[in-house]
Amino acid sequence: MTLVKETDYGTPAHDPASSVTLEIDGKPVAVAAGTSVMRAAMESGVRVPRLCATDSLEPFGSCRLCLVEIEGRKGTPASCTTPVEAGMKVTTQSAKLARLRRGVMELYISDHPLDCLTCPANGDCELQDMAGAVGLREVRYGYKGANHLDAAKDESNPYFTFDPAKCIVCSRCVRACEETQGTFALTVKGRGFASKISPGDMLFLDSECVSCGACVQACPTATLTEKSVIEMGQPQDSIVTTCAYCGVGCAFKAELQGNDVVRMVPFKDGKANHGHSCVKGRFAWGYTTHRDRILSPMIREKITDPWREVSWEEAVGRAASEFKRIQARYGNDSIGGITSSRCTNEETFLVQKLVRAGFGNNNVDTCARVCHSPTGYGLKTTFGTSAGTQDFDSIDQADVVVVIGANPTDAHPVFASRMKRRLRDGADLIVIDPRRIDLVQQPHIKAKYHLGLRPGTNVAVVNALAHVVVTEGLVDEAFVAERCDPAAFNSWRAFIAEERHAPEAVETLTGVPAEAVRGAARLYATAANAAIYYGLGVIEHSQGSTMVMGMANLAMATGNLGRAGVGINPLRGQNNVQGSCDMGSFPHEFSGYRHVSDDSVRAVFEEVWGVRLGGEPGLRIPNMLDAAVDGTFKGLYIQGEDIVQSDPNTRHVEAGLAQMECVVVQDLFLNETASFAHVFLPGSSFLEKDGTFTNAERRISRVRKAIPPRAGLADWEITMALANALGYEMAYSHPSEVMAEIARLTPTFAGVTYEKLDRLGSIQWPCNERAPEGTPVMHADGFVRGKGQFMITEFVATDERTTDRFPLLLTTGRILSQYNVGAQTRRTANVAWFDEDVLEIHPWDAENRGVNEGDLVELASRAGATTLHARISDRMQPGVVYTTFHFPGSAVNVVTTEFADWATECPEYKVTAVQVRKTSRPSEWQEHYEETRRDTTRRKGRSAEVTGG
Amino acid sequence: METEKMVHRANEIARFWQAYPHEEAVAAVAGHIRSFWEPRFRRQLVEYAETSGADLHPLVEEAVQLLRPRTEPN
Repeated sequence: MTLVKETDYGTPAHDPASSVTLEIDGKPVAVAAGTSVMRAAMESGVRVPRLCATDSLEPFGSCRLCLVEIEGRKGTPASCTTPVEAGMKVTTQSAKLARLRRGVMELYISDHPLDCLTCPANGDCELQDMAGAVGLREVRYGYKGANHLDAAKDESNPYFTFDPAKCIVCSRCVRACEETQGTFALTVKGRGFASKISPGDMLFLDSECVSCGACVQACPTATLTEKSVIEMGQPQDSIVTTCAYCGVGCAFKAELQGNDVVRMVPFKDGKANHGHSCVKGRFAWGYTTHRDRILSPMIREKITDPWREVSWEEAVGRAASEFKRIQARYGNDSIGGITSSRCTNEETFLVQKLVRAGFGNNNVDTCARVCHSPTGYGLKTTFGTSAGTQDFDSIDQADVVVVIGANPTDAHPVFASRMKRRLRDGADLIVIDPRRIDLVQQPHIKAKYHLGLRPGTNVAVVNALAHVVVTEGLVDEAFVAERCDPAAFNSWRAFIAEERHAPEAVETLTGVPAEAVRGAARLYATAANAAIYYGLGVIEHSQGSTMVMGMANLAMATGNLGRAGVGINPLRGQNNVQGSCDMGSFPHEFSGYRHVSDDSVRAVFEEVWGVRLGGEPGLRIPNMLDAAVDGTFKGLYIQGEDIVQSDPNTRHVEAGLAQMECVVVQDLFLNETASFAHVFLPGSSFLEKDGTFTNAERRISRVRKAIPPRAGLADWEITMALANALGYEMAYSHPSEVMAEIARLTPTFAGVTYEKLDRLGSIQWPCNERAPEGTPVMHADGFVRGKGQFMITEFVATDERTTDRFPLLLTTGRILSQYNVGAQTRRTANVAWFDEDVLEIHPWDAENRGVNEGDLVELASRAGATTLHARISDRMQPGVVYTTFHFPGSAVNVVTTEFADWATECPEYKVTAVQVRKTSRPSEWQEHYEETRRDTTRRKGRSAEVTGG
Repeated sequence: METEKMVHRANEIARFWQAYPHEEAVAAVAGHIRSFWEPRFRRQLVEYAETSGADLHPLVEEAVQLLRPRTEPN
């Protein structure tokens, strides 16, 4: 490996549609119209010295180092802010320019510490490079005058240091915070010599900084530097890989010293993130070396026994022999598996193959069951494909952006930055969410409409929007006539036109003023391009699938499909939730979303896999637990999933697991589910293996092994070992061979190879003969299913109702610094921002209950109770409370119920009737949890003592 | 699966499809259960419908007729 260094062209690229030819240093150069002289020079191989310019930011023209001479023009214009013109003759090097540049550098260096040899940026400092480039040999002004060399460092951020003594006030950090991240946390305070970068007269950690790292990335000196670089020194090698946090799927360079990661740097050529990052992907990778990582396989007879460290052979052999024993005693269908949306495509493919071919049943499911399974059902029913329609770049063409039940600035921050940029550039925003999410009002962004609906009334609102479209003549008749099934459309039109769907008719139910619904519908329907982005607030409802189809109806009716700037865009939760679904992780379908009952499809798999396959759907995760309680399901192989913490009604989950005779957990940590496990197989982090992830835009990206698996095996190797121990042979030597099998068996992946992924960087499926380099925008020439299918989306109220006993509605969500069940982020310095789940409660509801900020409150539902500290917030409407589930001790899913989406059984996390009251002690469940955890810790500790670990 | 939960799950499917014409709705409810319910729970539903059937949505009651194992012709 070597250090991957992207070329910095100084200023952003322009649309190459029209070209301009000019002359630079006597050589003809053709570049896109609008390109800066600086970039044109760089594209022709001439690097003009610069400090304040970088190609991720708009040109600023402040450093005066990039001066050039242009024939026929007076003076020495800055090349970064001067656009090219046809016939222009540019000189980048002359005695005059050299003198001017040296003079500029002399001034910079006169107020800069000369500690290059001990500076953390030594070897990666643009100021140092430029001093060399301009031939600076002396500083005539001396170093004793007024300076900033004693300015105090700000080390409050856990991941980077701000050392103002080294700052040249080039504003790159300020502009990165504004342009790239869109947070506007930084500013240049003061004028002239007194100018200094400031996060608002407070420490970075206390400021609005979201620690995305854009400022650190942009800084040309050691002013903003990763603490890991300060501690370890400059990296020597790097490898491009894909982030393992959210569904944006950012490309990163893992920068290394040997097998130690020094830092993760967003990869500029990554097509999902274009060089941007968030606090999780950029900095929160320390969990990979956390002391809690389990690095040896372990087994135990009973879940009350201490763990015993054993060899891989013994652990895998125990799992296999137990699964065989259980099947012999209880029947073939008494065991199953769960694939992980955090693992690679290849790994999830192998787990479902192990279940179908090795276990001989279809009892395989994935954590998408509890998130985006309604997306799959709804979009497949209406469009024919279980995936979003666009690429992320599509947002740049959107004129109206509708965000429904999503909180992108917290859950998908890198895409949110992209969205915010488009909104600042003029697109209109509609937010449909019970909470006033941050996006509703941001610097230079204000939603035109925030429809703050009551939780559980999504379908009533989307129907009301559609009612306005249909009854006010806003249907795109030509699109519908050409692209959609006419009978289904006519039925839907008649249904939705009924007066009972009018905004006025549902206003009391939804809590949304009718006029706001009408305004939002008109804005969406009349835009040239309107795009819907949605998240778990749409799908984690009893009508989750109905709502997905309702949004699809709306997009079809207004013709907002099949081109850039429009579409239905699910913001996927986990890094590979799209991929795990694509790979056949659901119990009713093979990879590529083909039902197991299809004889012809099954025959293809049977031929390649060499076994007979079942044609009946298998058990979904909640059904596995139901069957376990019934006594017919006894063994479970869980790859990278913590169902005890993440799934609803924890008591039921635990009851099911406790009934099983062999639970095998494959994970990085002894998670909550591992408390019920008999075999623990230590997994590998994303840095420790090869493979691919597929993000929310169907983009397949390479995951590349940066360091060896810390426990010895990558996850795909573990599954392979288990299959072989069961007597079903798997003999892959590299994940690329698994991908070759996926491509052979999955029409939408037919053209995907590792060689092509390396060549193109990433590929959006479908990738096949018709689209050999992938498909950024789907349904461009027609829907995958043929004609678009309008579906009748009757509003059906959830059975989870508020009562006098449970008068409030609980809705759950996520926060920026933590991720999902927190297994990773809780084991990083991200706890500096958020170290406890809290209950957000409206001031009125708090006052009624005598609850003050920080009080311990009991949160009780029909399912169970927990306690949390209260945070008074008017982000929710009265009657609605909100919390997160990042910490197991908060036990939020003890409270959530088993009500679920009618089509997919995705839990209704977003609506639980609850009561809140002040309390002084933890809930019974929490006390039990703390006691159990202490026991677990003791048992693990004893195991470590026995083995000397 | 607890009977109450099973009935609720089945009825929820019917509550979506009840907006469709009757014949289509019955077929769709049966089709959905056939496509997504593992056989042990389909059997449980059929047995329940045959023995009690209490609280089942009328569409589910009819759909169950389509889910019964087919009897081979004599």
